[in-house]
Amino acid sequence: MKAHLTRRYRFSASHRLNNAEMSAEENRATYGKCNNPHGHGHNYALEVTVSGPVDDRSGMVCNLGDLDGFVERAVVARYDLENLNTLEEFAQAVPTTENLCIEIFEILQRGFHLAHLERVRLEETMMNSFEYAGGNELRK
Amino acid sequence: MVYLTRKAEFSASHYYHNPEFTPEENRRVFGKCNNPHGHGHNYTLEVTVKGEVDPRSGFVVDLKQLKEVMHGEVLEAMDHRFLNKEVPEFFTRIPTTENLAIAIWQRLETKLQQARLHRVRVYETADLFVDFYGEA
Repeated sequence: MKAHLTRRYRFSASHRLNNAEMSAEENRATYGKCNNPHGHGHNYALEVTVSGPVDDRSGMVCNLGDLDGFVERAVVARYDLENLNTLEEFAQAVPTTENLCIEIFEILQRGFHLAHLERVRLEETMMNSFEYAGGNELRK
Repeated sequence: MVYLTRKAEFSASHYYHNPEFTPEENRRVFGKCNNPHGHGHNYTLEVTVKGEVDPRSGFVVDLKQLKEVMHGEVLEAMDHRFLNKEVPEFFTRIPTTENLAIAIWQRLETKLQQARLHRVRVYETADLFVDFYGEA
């Protein structure tokens, strides 16, 4: 039987939303307070959903220790208490939570192969969140 | 199609152990969850049903019936129980959150009359939940 397993993680990071191709006025008009030059921070909450058949012997979709270990090493350790604008992946891309969500999905897709990656959901605050399923439709 | 979700909470204990594994293998695979005296969680259950809105009642499902079935099939059977020893599904299956979601789906599916089950979601903690959609 196929089940979906979702695990939540937390990390805190700062960013500034600014596109070098836009004028200063356009950046302010587009990003508002998020364009303040010194940046600002969020406590992000990350949800990772994987799916697969429930293993008869372990009763699990995948071992949580393996998933936690990978996410801690490859995602949380990379972003926690960092300034996102200083990281290689945001040298060209604006570190919006949309782009961060896509980046995290791709890190997981490249490196975690013990279950099928369904989607990544990233909460920037309690009032907004973003989801990415690798270009697939999110299931209901 | 409209989707309706009802929540319930229950508390239960469990431990993870496969008698076919060696003691070392059980400890390696299940870690602290292998402690034979068990440990507990406050589970949150979300049951989502789907259907068309009945033009006369305005309902997708009779909520009272859904509540009664959830109460009878899940809460009566599992609340304040040791899952491994008191819930028959887990005499032979390991009571992981995955298997709990499947067992709850199977219990509800046979009892619900009007509503079509869409999803069973079981939160073991605020940071871990499993969704089961009845897929083979």
